Amino acid sequence: MQRGDSLSSPFVPFSPNPSIQQGTPTSTPPLKHTLSSSTSSNLRYSSSRKSIYDRHLNRSQRSELSKASFAFLFGEMVQYAQKRVNGIADLEKKLNLHGYSIGQRLLELLLWREGRSAKRETRILGILQFITTTVYRSIFNKPADGLEKSRDNEDEYMLIDNDPMVNSYISVPKEMSQLNCAAFVAGIIEAVLDGCLFPGRVTAHSVPTEQLPAKTVFLIKFDESVIERESVLG
Amino acid sequence: MVILSLLILNKAGGLIFQRDFNEGLKKLSSNDYLVLAGTFHGVHAITSRISPVRDSGGGLEVLESDRFRMQCFQTLTGTKFLIFAEPNQPNIDVVVKRVYELYADYVMKNPFYQIEMPIRCEAFERNLVAYIKPKQ
Repeated sequence: MQRGDSLSSPFVPFSPNPSIQQGTPTSTPPLKHTLSSSTSSNLRYSSSRKSIYDRHLNRSQRSELSKASFAFLFGEMVQYAQKRVNGIADLEKKLNLHGYSIGQRLLELLLWREGRSAKRETRILGILQFITTTVYRSIFNKPADGLEKSRDNEDEYMLIDNDPMVNSYISVPKEMSQLNCAAFVAGIIEAVLDGCLFPGRVTAHSVPTEQLPAKTVFLIKFDESVIERESVLG
Repeated sequence: MVILSLLILNKAGGLIFQRDFNEGLKKLSSNDYLVLAGTFHGVHAITSRISPVRDSGGGLEVLESDRFRMQCFQTLTGTKFLIFAEPNQPNIDVVVKRVYELYADYVMKNPFYQIEMPIRCEAFERNLVAYIKPKQ
C-alpha cells in the first residue's frame, strides 16, 4: 500500500505515531474519493492526530462506567462463550480466560499508578490484601467483603464477595445451577496472582445465605512452590 | 394499593409472564391465560386503528369495571404490560413504570433469557415480589 495512493484506496494507513504520517495532513475519509477538507469527521482519529495510546494513564483513574453498559457487554460475552463450549466447566474456563487478559493489564496499570511508594509483594497475605483492597477498589469501587484462610488445606485461601457486581442482573437457569459467572472475576484475580509470581488456580463458588443470596467465595489454591517459598520466608 | 396480578405479552401477543399477587381474581388454567393474552392482543390492535383520538398511536390503555381496573402499558418495542388492580386505584402508572424498569434490568440483562420466550428469571420474580408485596 503506497502512501501516495491514500486518496484512491479505501484503506486508511494506521500508525499510532503521528510523526510517521506522510501525505496530506488533513483527515482522510476512508470511503469518499474526493479531495477532502478537514470538515468531514473521521471517527477513528481525533483532529490532533492523537490516539488513545497518547493519553495519560491517570486520565481514567476517577472515571466511572455505567453499570447497564457493562451488564449488556458482559451478557453478550457470556452468550458468545456459551455458543462455543459444551459444558459448564468449559464455560467457566472461557470466562476465566476473558478475565485473565484483563487482570494482566490491570496489574501493570495499578502498580504503575502506585509509583515510587509501590512495594513488591512477596508474602501471600500481602498479595491477598493488595487484591482485596486496591484491585477490588479500582474495579468495583469497594473492597472485597472478606478474606479467610482454609483450615483444612495449607494452600487454600478464600476471598468473599457478598454481591459480585457482574452477577447482579444474571439469573442462572436451574439446569446450570453450578455455573457462577463470577468466574470472570476469578480470572482477573488469577492473572494478578500470576503476574506477582504466585501461581495458582482461582475458582468462583456461590454460597447463598438467607440475607445474601448472591454471596460468592473465590477459592484461591496456590501451587506447591508458593507454599514452600512462604514457609522458607518464615 | 392492591395489585391483583401482572401479565406480560411479547410482540406477537403470546403470554410470557403471568403472576397473581392477591386472591382477588379467580384462578384460571394456563390455557385460559394464553387465550386471554391472545384476545387482548387482538383487541389492542383493533382499538389502535379505530381510535377516535387523532394521532394517539396507541390502543386500549385502561379497562375499568366495578370489580377491577386493568391498565395496559405498551413499550416502544411492542411488549405489553397488563396490570390488574382494585378499582379506584391512583398511581398505577408508577407501578407499571417500576415493573418495566425491573424487566429492563433483570430480564433484558440476563444472558440466559431468550427474547420473546417465557420469562423464567429468578431475580426478576424475586425483585417483583419484593416490590409489590409490601403494598398489599
